[in-house]
Amino acid sequence: MEYHKPGSFEEATELANKNAGIIRFLAGGTDVLVQLRSDIITPDVLIDMKYINGVKDIIENDDEWQIGVAVSGAEMSEHEKLAQEWPGIIEAMDLIGSTQVQGRATLAGNLCNGSPAADSVPSLIAAAAQVSITGPKGVRKINVEDVPIGPGKTSLKKGEVLSAIHLPKRTNNQGDAYLRFIPRTEMDIAVVGCAVSLEIKNEIIIKARVSLGAVAPTALLLENAAEKIIGSKLENKALEHLAEEASKACNPINDKRGTIEFRTHVAGVLAKRTAKIAYDRARENK
Amino acid sequence: MNKIHVNTSVNGDNLEFLCDPRETLLDALRDRLNLTGAKEGCGTGDCGACSVTLDDRLVCSCLVLGVEAEGKSIGTVEGIAEGENLHPLQQKFIEHAALQCGICTPGILVATKALLEKNPDPTETEVRYWLAGNLCRCTGYDKIIKAVMDTARDLREAS
Ligand SMILES: Cc1cc2nc3c(=O)[nH]c(=O)nc-3n(C[C@H](O)[C@H](O)[C@H](O)COP(=O)(O)OP(=O)(O)OC[C@H]3O[C@@H](n4cnc5c(N)ncnc54)[C@H](O)[C@@H]3O)c2cc1C
Ligand code: FES
Ligand code: FES
Repeated sequence: MEYHKPGSFEEATELANKNAGIIRFLAGGTDVLVQLRSDIITPDVLIDMKYINGVKDIIENDDEWQIGVAVSGAEMSEHEKLAQEWPGIIEAMDLIGSTQVQGRATLAGNLCNGSPAADSVPSLIAAAAQVSITGPKGVRKINVEDVPIGPGKTSLKKGEVLSAIHLPKRTNNQGDAYLRFIPRTEMDIAVVGCAVSLEIKNEIIIKARVSLGAVAPTALLLENAAEKIIGSKLENKALEHLAEEASKACNPINDKRGTIEFRTHVAGVLAKRTAKIAYDRARENK
Repeated sequence: MNKIHVNTSVNGDNLEFLCDPRETLLDALRDRLNLTGAKEGCGTGDCGACSVTLDDRLVCSCLVLGVEAEGKSIGTVEGIAEGENLHPLQQKFIEHAALQCGICTPGILVATKALLEKNPDPTETEVRYWLAGNLCRCTGYDKIIKAVMDTARDLREAS
């Protein structure tokens, strides 16, 4: 295994493009090292992203937040303003592993590892987050929901790297939330994860995005489910319709953590609970 | 396989070692630097027996590569006592019998020291969540939590 420390994204791209064999990028390493150690994947070339300028920065611009690809979950939760604007994303990131894992794990790694159960991914999708991708042909920007394409697979092409994560800035009357179900209280993989981000006007929901994780080969953006609550004050009827749509969208696996039937049911329950938290946060956020 | 030369600081001492790029920081500490305080329980980030600080951030050394220690400052259980004088946490762990076989103890000491530096007045719930990634098969955790709460109280009173 070769180990490289490029100083720029262009250099990282070049390294990834010219080398054959298995290539991995090293952010926090909490997936890469587990796979390496258990002989699941031993990369031929390992490209450490942490020496590139700016990858540890959280930058607040007029219209967006830009989060570097090596910013850890712990650094995100310690950023008061970011945590206040996007509590749902922070609570999703906070659920990843232990204190030790949170000191290393990044959004970029969680997204690019491609696990259908990755906790931060639904929260990013609900937030309408985008990512910059630097590749041999330059930089392109895509929506987070277009990154994962199947378990362990992303739409990134040979030589492409994630170079930043972009979150919209929050205005008043908006809120987001993330909930997951696991069989115990800490340190487990989501059976279902659900994120909701919404905006209200005079208590009525005028915009909403709903996303589910762990119930299909990739995290899902549920446009139909969002429509069921747009125009409502989240009355019981709207919540029931939301739950129905969320369950309908599921195409989960059967495993020791949850059966298909259970995951499908829990998706609906979590969608309701998550929407209520996001709605309350939007109301408080005047 | 080409070995990589790494300069790092461990418990305030500048040290260097050669390691294979696949080697973990845990292996480098134990096998290259003879610092065997950090233990390997699982090797996959689940048990916390290998906990160290990396630039003051609590991490699992089994999930960090040795080469990533370049230019960093690392804290291990060996750096907690000052000479013969045990750290208050270590004293309380003995007093409360918060260890049996002791495999988890170095990791738990490093983790709780990091907690008390960040939050000198944690609730019991906060201590339990902070330690969710430190598994102990012997004590049932209760004595560990009591030792930590007791140390925190003493340190607050002393300051
Ligand atoms: C004990 C333990 C518990 C865990 N619990 C959870 C959990 O509860 N929920 C959860 O979602 N995950 C969990 N994880 C998995 C893991 O911690 C997360 O997926 C984490 O966010 C990965 O981030 P990282 O920075 O460590 O990624 P790395 O391991 O550094 O990288 C992961 C993948 O992303 C790719 N990559 C990294 N950066 C880039 C980039 N800039 N461009 C392109 N590709 C890139 C790498 O090639 C690799 O394939 C757990 C892991 C452990 C060890
Ligand atoms: S040995 Fe590192 S967490 Fe278990
Ligand atoms: S004392 Fe034996 S594992 Fe904790």
